Amino acid sequence: MPVNLDELLQGKPVFINVGVRAFGDSLREAGHEVIYLDWSPPAGGDPRLAAILDDLL
Amino acid sequence: MLRKTVVRKNRYLDSVFLMRVARRIAAQPGIQDASALMATEANRKVLLGMGYGEDGRDAEFAAAGANDLVLAIEGEATAVAAIAADLDTWLSMASGASTEPAQEPRSIAEAVARRPDCSMAVISVPGEHAAREARAALKEGLHVFLFSSNVSVEDERSLKLEARDRGLLVMGPDCGTAFIGGAGIGFANAVRRGPIGIVGPSGTGLQEFSSLVHQAGSGISNGIGTGSRDLSDAIGGISTLMGIDALEADPATKAIAVLSKPPGKKTTARLLDRLRLCSKPVILCLLGAEPGSIEIPNPGSTSKGPGHLWPTATIDEAVCLALGTAGVSEPEQLRPDPASMRAQAAAILGELRPEQRHIRGLFAGGTLCYQTQTSFLGSGLIAHSNAPIHGMLQLPDPWESRENTFVDLGAGLFVEGRPHPMIDASLRKKRLEQEGADPTVAVILLDFILGAISSENPVGDLLETIRTAQASAERRGGHLCVVASVCGTDGDSQNLQAQVRALTEIGVLVFPSNAQAAAFCREAMTLLAERKEVG
Repeated sequence: MPVNLDELLQGKPVFINVGVRAFGDSLREAGHEVIYLDWSPPAGGDPRLAAILDDLL
Repeated sequence: MLRKTVVRKNRYLDSVFLMRVARRIAAQPGIQDASALMATEANRKVLLGMGYGEDGRDAEFAAAGANDLVLAIEGEATAVAAIAADLDTWLSMASGASTEPAQEPRSIAEAVARRPDCSMAVISVPGEHAAREARAALKEGLHVFLFSSNVSVEDERSLKLEARDRGLLVMGPDCGTAFIGGAGIGFANAVRRGPIGIVGPSGTGLQEFSSLVHQAGSGISNGIGTGSRDLSDAIGGISTLMGIDALEADPATKAIAVLSKPPGKKTTARLLDRLRLCSKPVILCLLGAEPGSIEIPNPGSTSKGPGHLWPTATIDEAVCLALGTAGVSEPEQLRPDPASMRAQAAAILGELRPEQRHIRGLFAGGTLCYQTQTSFLGSGLIAHSNAPIHGMLQLPDPWESRENTFVDLGAGLFVEGRPHPMIDASLRKKRLEQEGADPTVAVILLDFILGAISSENPVGDLLETIRTAQASAERRGGHLCVVASVCGTDGDSQNLQAQVRALTEIGVLVFPSNAQAAAFCREAMTLLAERKEVG
């Protein structure tokens, strides 16, 4: 269930970290909940191919 | 001594992680230097410049592309060979992850399925993949903090429109800092919560503003980053306007500061219309706005309520006004005294050689580079920059300064495939060496940004190079005036006081904010210009 913007500012966000792990680490060290994604460039790093695959799926 | 490159095809690791790997390898016996980078064009250029892969002899390096990882090592032959043979162990050692990557979700949809209470995606993947991940996040009902740059305007607009339709906020692309629900996201300082809300595109602007507010004893309710182009007419301020609505509705926010470069023409009108209707006091700090270009009727009225809008020209003034609305007395140190600055500058200028005429500003913070230019232009002083404000000159080659120059070392060109200068000081160090060797340089202006994700010792990273530059100037019979500001709070892990002390101990003039440091440099360069005219 999406959290609306007002609730987001007044609540306690839970984060998904996508990319540089240091961003998630700093949030976690400050006591916030973070889920890390094991991210790597999709479709062998070709964004156009990734877009085509997204459309197919 | 041997230089060697090792390539791992289609192996992606983030730039901060790779920097840490490189530092560990460089600290091994027999190793003189190590770089671990994705082989983007910019990084290949840097490595070629360092003498790796010369003459195309290294076929793997010559063929490597942006999706390939390259380790470049220099040192004794046996030590280099040992590291090269064991690269994968080095790559796995530096992780420090609390969960094994193999157990982590591979997509945003998978992550949300595991944790349905997730509310925000923090995205920092390379720019060409960023819009895809942001779309996936919106589809899952997540708000987005998008640090990645190099996202097209078209993608930015479509992401923000889709987000608005879904009632979600997209902060970015190119968003460095935010404070949401008590969490400092990205490059954020340890700032207490308090009554002042802020909206703005600029990471370092938010950091400087929030740190000064904290140091004065107040705090930040929420800080909404918007991305550097949000107030352009192409985007129309979608995230800024959503942020203002949210802060107006936020019971913890008593006053709102909007901090930005000048918006597009149409967007200026839309923004001012919205701000006039705001039920809370608003401080509007538009850095680099041409005098008279933005008209605000009855600014600075002391009564509270709709339409009470205070325009300011510096982050320091915005902080003072915001503190005033929160009932906190403004710190004296944020009100500059030009006369005493001039006297201080005059004493230093007496030690310079006649050929020392120029200032070089090397910035980690883009907004601080921008604010410095605004300060100089206000006194009719012209400088070159790779990110010039209206009225300043474009630096033809961003890698080479000329005359007076202000360089934003966090600009896209310098950070493609490598960590931001707030994390990795190596590019700024090299540039500082360059400037220190130039006998025409009189003043060097630096900013040091503390806080989460930043280097553990931003001042320490440059201290030796500053000393070398000072010594070179003295050997030439002159003196190098090094001026700095340190952005941070007493809660930051880098220890604000120790960082300032390390600078003052070697004779660097440290000011409590970039606006103050820029004002001092402006006085010094005005005096130098007058002296030249008299001479």
